[in-house]
Amino acid sequence: MIVNLWQAQVEVKRKNMETTTTIEPKQKVYFDLTTSPHLHSRWTTSKVMWFVVAALVPSIAAALTFFGWTQIFIIIVAVAFSVGTEISIQTIRKKQITWFDGSAALTGLLLALTLPPNFSLSATAIGAIVAIGLGKQIFGGLGYNIFNPALVGRAFLQAAFPVQITTWTKPNFAVDSVTSATPLAALKFDKIFTDTASMTIGNIGGSLGETSAIAVLIGGIFLIAVGIVNWRIPLSMIIGMLVFGGIFWLIDPQNPTPVFHIFAGSFLFGAMFMATDWVTSPITNKGMWIFGFGISLVLIVIRIYGGLPEGVMYSILFMNGFVPLVNRYTKPTIFGVAKEAVKK
Amino acid sequence: MSSKTFKSGIHPKEYKELTEHLSFETIPLPDEITLPLSQHLGKEAKALVKKGDEVQPGQMIAQAEGFVSAPIHSSVAGKVMSLGKEQTSSGFPKDSIVIKTNETVESQKFLFTPLNPNAVTAEEIRERVALAGIVGQGGAAFPTAVKLTPPKDKTIDVVILNGCECEPYLTRDYRFMIERPDDLISGLKLIMKALDVKRGVIGIEDNKPEAIKILSGKAKYEEGIEVVSLKTKYPQGAEKMLIKAVTGREVPPGKLPLDVGAVIQNIGTAIAIHDAIVNGEVLITAALTVSGKGIKNPKNLIVPVGTPIQNVIDYCGGVTEDAMKIVVGGPMMGFAQFDLQAPVMKATSGILVLTKDEVAKNPETPCLRCGQCIEACPLNLMPTKLARYTQLNRFEHAEEAGITVCMECGTCAYTCPANIPLVQWIRLGKQKVLQMQKERVVK
Repeated sequence: MIVNLWQAQVEVKRKNMETTTTIEPKQKVYFDLTTSPHLHSRWTTSKVMWFVVAALVPSIAAALTFFGWTQIFIIIVAVAFSVGTEISIQTIRKKQITWFDGSAALTGLLLALTLPPNFSLSATAIGAIVAIGLGKQIFGGLGYNIFNPALVGRAFLQAAFPVQITTWTKPNFAVDSVTSATPLAALKFDKIFTDTASMTIGNIGGSLGETSAIAVLIGGIFLIAVGIVNWRIPLSMIIGMLVFGGIFWLIDPQNPTPVFHIFAGSFLFGAMFMATDWVTSPITNKGMWIFGFGISLVLIVIRIYGGLPEGVMYSILFMNGFVPLVNRYTKPTIFGVAKEAVKK
Repeated sequence: MSSKTFKSGIHPKEYKELTEHLSFETIPLPDEITLPLSQHLGKEAKALVKKGDEVQPGQMIAQAEGFVSAPIHSSVAGKVMSLGKEQTSSGFPKDSIVIKTNETVESQKFLFTPLNPNAVTAEEIRERVALAGIVGQGGAAFPTAVKLTPPKDKTIDVVILNGCECEPYLTRDYRFMIERPDDLISGLKLIMKALDVKRGVIGIEDNKPEAIKILSGKAKYEEGIEVVSLKTKYPQGAEKMLIKAVTGREVPPGKLPLDVGAVIQNIGTAIAIHDAIVNGEVLITAALTVSGKGIKNPKNLIVPVGTPIQNVIDYCGGVTEDAMKIVVGGPMMGFAQFDLQAPVMKATSGILVLTKDEVAKNPETPCLRCGQCIEACPLNLMPTKLARYTQLNRFEHAEEAGITVCMECGTCAYTCPANIPLVQWIRLGKQKVLQMQKERVVK
């Protein structure tokens, strides 16, 4: 509510006073009367989204370096179709069009980075439409979806194009010993171990964004530093993987080490960018720990016993479904309540 | 010195540099003052004067009505012009006495006989504090004499002086600590005497190293008084947070600080108590910070109670072109003003003129469920849930989730990246829930 302060004041009549005081307006100023707090942190939804996009730049750069600049088309198609789907659905539903908040573009970008190099552009477009349409807008748009939209899109593509989505390209600087298969697939199907150094730099087969662990970590640490990513989720996933992966490794040393599990596949990409999606992760601190451990547990089971070599996508989607329940059972104890209970 | 603190909270930009180096100035007497009869929590005072009466500065013009109340004194010499409803800075008109200043009259300030602070008894302190009309200077304006009279069954073992001044912009308490450290310690000793407490703590946030240094130096020579450095964080000045930071004790919902053996007093209150006992003064001036980027000359001022906000702003050179909001109190919990004739009251700690840039609001979007409000809430509530329950009229759920515990510090609304007015929704929900609880009692 905004009122013209001095206009309202021009005639101030006081009861019990014979004269009418007239105050001349000194300056014409409009005053804001909203209630406290009068200060606000400078974060906005769109700023958050663009920060995440910025954090993905190292991963994009790594993808273009290792798999060639033409991969940019996958990204462009995914982003364009995501934004297009968002605008179309909001137009049809006669809702406010909000593509400029950056959330749809971010979903498209994340989807693109989970796809294999040289993936079909038409399939990419379908994935983007599904991600925004089925993953987000059908629930009511930003803030209301249960499952990570980019992963919903990818899960659809995995079902629809099972061969294409597991067809990997050799990285650009591959020496002869490096296969085009991902480290996890190489291990699962051919019992070949990939060394951690290659996985760190990214000179391995794999999806666009997950290839370089170091690029993912740079972006992830940036997001933790600016306070967008809550450190509890990636940390609990990593601890969870060390514990659960470690247990399986101790039981049977034929299984890969927990460190391999962390650097292989899209574990780090998922931990930094997918599981930490605000909308689809728990809102309580305790809940975030449960969520992270849960993902690692489901993931290790899929990787070791499942038919697929990789399971980050499914484990995150699986745990997304538990988020409302986790939130409900991890309500923080109100300040002072515990002490009172102890006294009694 | 290691710094103590409480869990969660936020770090808003402080803007204290605008006024922290400026000593107090005394503003000239206004032509007319407005004294609301209710400048404190509790019952409104009862007027002792009628229209046309001549009054002197320091003269009691309204007496305390009942136990939880405080008297009102005239801050100028003049003539009572009217008694009636006047606009106040809380946003509501209240019964007030309007006095026209008479400068030609040789004014004689009413004073009490000064008491020897070493010989004074607890009973005398309480009586004097009550008569001097002292109320808590932190903003809530709870009558101080009541706070110095705890129920017999409560044991109090610590008095904490609140030197946090955690609200951005405000530097009044800081100036008191720098300019009047001896009076401050004297005030603290009087409070400790009135409560028969042996331990006194001055909690100061570590963004005020000068104050910590000066007061630590003084406290060394005083038995039972210590200075505790606190990590700078909003809302550390809240009673519950300060007690937690200093003593580690948690005040349960619905309980008072004295339930955990602590009494909190504001820095300004301690100064006022010292002035009342040692100098025999009554509380007729307010010390406050006038700040914000929208005021031409930010200042720390001593203002006669009842002075219109307009006079204070004019004294500070007026507002700038881009001024957008005038706030009485701090920027996190203060009230936006629409009538600058509203008077400065006893507990007014600041007048802020904020520019468009400072109060810039960003568009609201749906909740992103980031959980930042939950992480920031000092009372461990779930602001996003409470706001949602209110939006959906699910007040039973809001009550269950502890909406009435909320102290409305605004931390959640400050943090929210989706710019949802969380605390505003919670305020609404809290009103509804309290109303619901009242109806339940009636049934």
